[in-house]
Amino acid sequence: MTVIEARGLRKAFGTTIALDGINLQVEEGRILGLIGPNGAGKTTALNAILGLTPYQGELKVLGRDPWTEREQLMRDVCFIADVAVLPRWIRVSQALDYVAGVHPRFDRAKAEGFLAKTTIKRDSKVRELSKGMVAQLHLALVMAIDARLLVLDEPTLGLDILYRKQFYDSLLNDYFDRSHTIVVTTHQVEEIQNVLTDLMFIDRGRIVFDSSMEEIESRYLEVTVRPEQLAAARALRPIHERQVLGRTILLFDLMMLDHVDRHQLAALGDVRTPSIADLFVAVLENKPGNQTAQGAQGAQGAQGAAR
Amino acid sequence: MSTQSNSMPESFDSQRIAPAAMSATRPLYWSVRRELWEYRSIYIAPLAAAIVFLFGFFISMVSLRHRMQGAWPLDSAQGRDVFATRYELAAALIMGTALIVGIFYSLDALYGERRDRSILFWKSLPVSDLITVLSKLAIPIVILPLLSFAITIATQFTMLLLGSIMLLGSGVNIATLWSEASFVHVSLVLLYHLLTVHGLWYAPLYGWLLLVSAWAPRAPFLWAFLPPFVIYGVEKIAFNTAHFLAMLQYRLIGPGDAMAPHSAPPDFMATLIPTHFFSTPGLWTGLAVAAVFLFAAVRLRRYQGPI
Repeated sequence: MTVIEARGLRKAFGTTIALDGINLQVEEGRILGLIGPNGAGKTTALNAILGLTPYQGELKVLGRDPWTEREQLMRDVCFIADVAVLPRWIRVSQALDYVAGVHPRFDRAKAEGFLAKTTIKRDSKVRELSKGMVAQLHLALVMAIDARLLVLDEPTLGLDILYRKQFYDSLLNDYFDRSHTIVVTTHQVEEIQNVLTDLMFIDRGRIVFDSSMEEIESRYLEVTVRPEQLAAARALRPIHERQVLGRTILLFDLMMLDHVDRHQLAALGDVRTPSIADLFVAVLENKPGNQTAQGAQGAQGAQGAAR
Repeated sequence: MSTQSNSMPESFDSQRIAPAAMSATRPLYWSVRRELWEYRSIYIAPLAAAIVFLFGFFISMVSLRHRMQGAWPLDSAQGRDVFATRYELAAALIMGTALIVGIFYSLDALYGERRDRSILFWKSLPVSDLITVLSKLAIPIVILPLLSFAITIATQFTMLLLGSIMLLGSGVNIATLWSEASFVHVSLVLLYHLLTVHGLWYAPLYGWLLLVSAWAPRAPFLWAFLPPFVIYGVEKIAFNTAHFLAMLQYRLIGPGDAMAPHSAPPDFMATLIPTHFFSTPGLWTGLAVAAVFLFAAVRLRRYQGPI
């Protein structure tokens, strides 16, 4: 079943185009990472999906129009829009009471169970908790709601690495199953690499990359080329080139190589699957209108990497 | 086996009905409770006013007792006067406090949640903008009048008790104090006054404050109180009339000056006759204006995000 379906989704703020005709489809049971630079339109896209902002174009979330059917939608959709949006005056017990009072799908015992694993006291006010604890509390509330779609917009911004890791661990271990769908945006892409099932890059209001993680593994290869093989490697038209500690790392898209396979690339140097961050940089720099044209390599690519 | 199959459809039915019933009253109930958690001044301020008043009353009783040494017996009319004016003063003080609390509450109700970004949390729950705004309107026009009524009655009762103890053995006929107080009668008038004037007559004023609170980018207090001054000034200069001011005065004072809360009980009763009050056109235009403000506030909250 399709959870999110958008066709030609547009949104402009005055003359600034935040979303420039986005098409997107998210199936049930996926964990989609929506990655993009600041101001790319991630939050606008999520706000449209959550019915927080009006939009142009076609958008269905769980078969509903999020702007006109927001109330019904919010029974099946849950979101953490940002860290620290829990009201500072509320007590932990009051937050539990309130969500239990208004949400038909909230399982209080489950939330209490999550909180029992933390050091959060029931009679503390949110303002007395650390930022990490507030995130834990919010996650406990959200995970206890049996929502079909969970949207997380920068849920771990400003948290230390322990809390960030814990956040995604509990999300995967205690919450996620094939009946839930998760959409997450973050700048800490390395940490969600192993969490995601799908990946999407968004830039200047457009989706510039859309792939499942399996596809990325089978399609993209990063080769740390031995210096003597550099010319031969460049001749294979890598999509991106960068220098790390004096070594040249080339990124190849196997779909674009006609007769080359993994073994031939392995002969050029050390081969591995690229990280999301490296892929992201390569895709964004290869975009038409950006620094280098698609498929260009060599000196231009190196310049891009050095920037 | 048969009992199971019989009970099954029933439980299904009750499950289906439960969310439907929940959609209306439960979120409203919990939203009102939430307001009381957040703005504790709603009940603390009138209570504090009552306690301060009782303290003042106690001192006045002590000095009364002192002054009246030798001038006994006090006749019942005198005793009634001593108490009647003080009862009214207590009611006026508590009502005035509630009014001030109501004004400041209404101005912050829809502004505060945008300022502290918690609106993103409230909007992630299946509570509609209409329910939220209604719950916030209910505080000044239902909750505060009922609360100040309860506190006023408790205060007056305490005054009577305190007065009786203080005047015990002074020769004043305590029994007449109690019979003249005619509690039930005065209380009902007070309750009626609170519900009609503070609840219905002032509804457009609170509607305006909530509207400003939902809209103001900052400083809602200024936005609420400056425009009336500007309108008055422009009208005065342009046409040399003061219709706006007269309208405002009419709204603040009430339909006919007999509606003023300080009038003596007999006149007070006469003008508060329901047929008289409910046939005042001003009431209905006021309620219509309140509905427009309310609708606008609901629409605004729909579009507004954190500031």
